[in-house]
Amino acid sequence: MGKIQLSQVRKSFGDVDVIPGIDLAIEDGEFVVFVGPSGCGKSTLLRLIAGLEDTTSGTIAIDGKDATHLPPAKRGLAMVFQSYALYPHMTVRKNIAFPLKMAGMSDAEQAARVERAAKVLNLDSYLDRRPGQLSGGQRQRVAIGRAIVREPSAFLFDEPLSNLDAALRVGMRQEITELHQSLKTTMIYVTHDQVEAMTMADKIVVLNAGRVEQVGSPLELYHSPRNLFVAGFIGSPKMNFLEGAEAARHNAATVGVRPEHIDIVDGGPWQGTVGLTEHLGSDTFLKVTLDTGETVNVRASGEVGLHHGDRITLAPQAGKIHRFGADGKALA
Amino acid sequence: MSTQSTRLAARLMVAPSVFVLFIWMIVPLAMTLYFSFRFFRLLTPERSGWVGFTHYLWFLNAPDFWLALFNTLALVGGVLVITVILGVLIALLIDQPVKGQGMLRILVIAPFFVMPPVAASIWENLFMHPQNGLFSAIARGFGQQPILFLENYPLMSVIGIVSWEWLPFATLIFLTALQSLSSEQLEAAEMDGASPLNRFRYIILPHLTRAITVVILIQTIFLLGIFGEIFTTTQGGPGSASTTLPYMIFKQAIVAKDIGRAAAGGIIAVILANIVAYFLMRGIGRHLDN
Repeated sequence: MGKIQLSQVRKSFGDVDVIPGIDLAIEDGEFVVFVGPSGCGKSTLLRLIAGLEDTTSGTIAIDGKDATHLPPAKRGLAMVFQSYALYPHMTVRKNIAFPLKMAGMSDAEQAARVERAAKVLNLDSYLDRRPGQLSGGQRQRVAIGRAIVREPSAFLFDEPLSNLDAALRVGMRQEITELHQSLKTTMIYVTHDQVEAMTMADKIVVLNAGRVEQVGSPLELYHSPRNLFVAGFIGSPKMNFLEGAEAARHNAATVGVRPEHIDIVDGGPWQGTVGLTEHLGSDTFLKVTLDTGETVNVRASGEVGLHHGDRITLAPQAGKIHRFGADGKALA
Repeated sequence: MSTQSTRLAARLMVAPSVFVLFIWMIVPLAMTLYFSFRFFRLLTPERSGWVGFTHYLWFLNAPDFWLALFNTLALVGGVLVITVILGVLIALLIDQPVKGQGMLRILVIAPFFVMPPVAASIWENLFMHPQNGLFSAIARGFGQQPILFLENYPLMSVIGIVSWEWLPFATLIFLTALQSLSSEQLEAAEMDGASPLNRFRYIILPHLTRAITVVILIQTIFLLGIFGEIFTTTQGGPGSASTTLPYMIFKQAIVAKDIGRAAAGGIIAVILANIVAYFLMRGIGRHLDN
């Protein structure tokens, strides 16, 4: 079980409304990612759910029961912190067993559960080491181990991969996703990295300045962003936004086209000069300055023999143009 | 900093201060050792000569020597227990976010800046005095006889005064240690279901072990030589009830003007300090390593 319902949850620090009021339903077994730029309130929202911060108003219900004023330990949630927050003076075994010990579980039961968690996370050979003797990825696994032994109704992850190097991050990302598939427990995951959000989530919640901008599956957000913020935040490289004459031609204040939806073709409607090129082998990213003065990023697959200063013509793919009104909202 | 020439340069640069410090240490030690085997009284300087272990035997046979030894260790131990326990508790208290935190911390640290004889005089005359003291006023307020602190509980009174002086030091060290504890660790423990008491026992106290070790080691060094507070208040009395080894040496050197005996007492104090240091390092020294 792990259904979490937020209704009109508000949080202010002094006069500052960090979260002006959020309604959100998280279904049992879902992998939900809170994503947004730094300072958007996503970590605060997670801490509100965990019970580490008090809500200013509104209610948080876990499995149908009001948990707004329950202490963190009574909510049946487990959290993995950005700094891992392992206990440095305890061995890995004791770290993982700590929540069980606090729950007053027998030594035999503790040992059995630690053993099981260690097997799942490949920590068997490190159980008697201290956190200081482990690498970043191993510490991360211990932190997850400490969370899973409690068999919580939901896991909370607060930017757990941001301290790892790029290669390890990809590996841990897959491990966490696989863990979710095998445990089938609700997971709430906070990140500022939209790639993590896109690859891991069943449901993404895009936050900006404490407000929910859009909730949906990764591809929903990719294909039909509700406003300019979501359109610009989801997808990499960023969506190109054009205003002025080009937008007016489509009856909109702004039009957006993703770099991968622009083709390099002879006789296309947009003429421009190649500025910067980035050759990745599998893809080539081009920064093109249009004759109208606007700059667009183009993603061409494979190797393209274009260089700085070359003249090209571009064509946006039909049906892949997003139109936005003057208020920033998407037009149907 | 690890080529041959830089290492040599480093050694050459450090050499003069090592040399001076060594002389600074070895000359007084050697002279004390020398005088401890000599007959040397300031009132009769013309009489002199080697006396072997006479002075040492005098100390070991003196009626108040073993009491003084016990008092010295009781003073050190008592002050350590009080300052460590109260220091941790006060540090936890002033670590809480409150209004006027800066002012509060300065007030807590203030006693450390009071000189030992002054601190002892304040306690003797303003708090423990049987007529004018605050404690006697409180006792009388409840219709009780005032407690004669310095007469009936001399050693405990001295321990109390010295603890008051050293509590700020301990508190300050513990406070800085507490501030280096990551709040995420405490939050993780909270999520793990640890009660406030368990958080203290399993997270905060282990985090403080190194700070506690440092406090114990540093304070022991200074507490073994406590003299001013005893001299100002009890003069080692009544009888020898609050005489410590340093105070006994003082009585031989300055009151009896017997330099030879005082030197022997000094050497005994050095041996005692080394024994204490040995057991301290064996007992808690490992907490200083990572």
